[in-house]
Amino acid sequence: MLNVDTIKNGIVIDHIRAGSGPRIFAWLGLDKADYCVALIMNVPSKTHGRKDIIKIDSIINIDYSVLGFIDPNITINVVVEERITKKINLTLPERVENVISCKNPRCITSTEKYIPHVFKLVDKRRAEYCCEYCDELYRAGIGEVM
Amino acid sequence: MLKGRHLIEPADLSIKEIDEICSLAEQILVDPAAFADVCRGKILATLFFEPSTRTRLSFEAAMLRLGGSFLGFADAAASSAVKGESLSDTIRTVASYTDVIAMRNPKEGAALLASKYSDIPIINAGDGGHQHPTQTLTDLLTIRSIKGGFNDLTIGLCGDLKFGRTVHSLAKAMSRYQRVKFILISPSELQIPEYITSQVFKRSGIEYSTEERLEDVIGDLDVLYMTRVQKERFFNEQDYIRLKDSYILDNEKMKLAKKSLIVLHPLPRVNEIAPEVDDDPRAAYFKQVKFGMYARMALIAKLTGAI
Repeated sequence: MLNVDTIKNGIVIDHIRAGSGPRIFAWLGLDKADYCVALIMNVPSKTHGRKDIIKIDSIINIDYSVLGFIDPNITINVVVEERITKKINLTLPERVENVISCKNPRCITSTEKYIPHVFKLVDKRRAEYCCEYCDELYRAGIGEVM
Repeated sequence: MLKGRHLIEPADLSIKEIDEICSLAEQILVDPAAFADVCRGKILATLFFEPSTRTRLSFEAAMLRLGGSFLGFADAAASSAVKGESLSDTIRTVASYTDVIAMRNPKEGAALLASKYSDIPIINAGDGGHQHPTQTLTDLLTIRSIKGGFNDLTIGLCGDLKFGRTVHSLAKAMSRYQRVKFILISPSELQIPEYITSQVFKRSGIEYSTEERLEDVIGDLDVLYMTRVQKERFFNEQDYIRLKDSYILDNEKMKLAKKSLIVLHPLPRVNEIAPEVDDDPRAAYFKQVKFGMYARMALIAKLTGAI
């Protein structure tokens, strides 16, 4: 198996659904990072079969709520002096902005391009969100990230 | 306090505020002369990016009867939208000239967007197939005036329940009252959107059923709300032609209905209600047109702070 060094002070984003890693990597802007980052894909996992992992060798500010929308199974470990000091379990955020776009061709967001695409959580159990403008329903984590 | 508020969807008004508007509308209906000057000096903008006769004229007549005046346009071609101006810029401009804006726009959510850029009240006069709260106020005023209230009613919604915005608004508004039951009568292609059943009916504990044939359920109804199968909501003409005559109310079907039934329709109708039904005392759709103007008079008076 591929080995990636442990990080000293940073963040490990674990249990990413296999294949979603690059999407999250891009969302966090890690392709432009000037510190050490690693995207590891298709790591064997007891619970998920395969998973992706992102290791960031820096304590950066992450919009955890957005990650909860993309995939609530993700876990985040904060590492200080090579030890996990904090584990963050994600939940569905009440509101997400500019993460997905509304696909309803009759929605005002389809013509007024300057408006942020805002979705509100309407059903936690079904992970359902609705467009703030047209009420079109979407499932969290499904669809293209903007 | 309704002064300065926007009306984007029926839920923006509490049950108490709806009662307040309906009560004022009933007072105006009884003594219009007492309200003939309350909006003197105020201007209503009617911004209609989509054609409408009834709603626009109803708003304009309402403002004139309150002693105010109006300006605006009757279709998008007469606005700066054709030059590519954004809706937010149009709204900020018009809000500088007027006291209240009534807007119809074919895009869903347009009124909500307008409200974010306006410091004067925005009244949603229809945003695509989404919401049409002043038609709902009209429908509520009609039901209240004829049936005496809103509780314990079985309401049949018939026709185009998918794109008919008046249906969506009425369903949301009536779901807030006690022991209301809905019977949804439509072809499978034009069923009510899932968000209404999942977010409105189920959440409010409202009983509802889905039916395909009007004659099977008309006898159970207290209110029958007919809708037009609108040509402009279809992506192709073949579907329109196939479905437009699916649900036509005639005297034969009316024989199966209760004596106390009232038939409502947002109008204009095409052929979904046969003209022979017009003489039936249960046909309330032309009374509804008049109630619409009084409902809008009450609303304008409240939002502008005239009363």
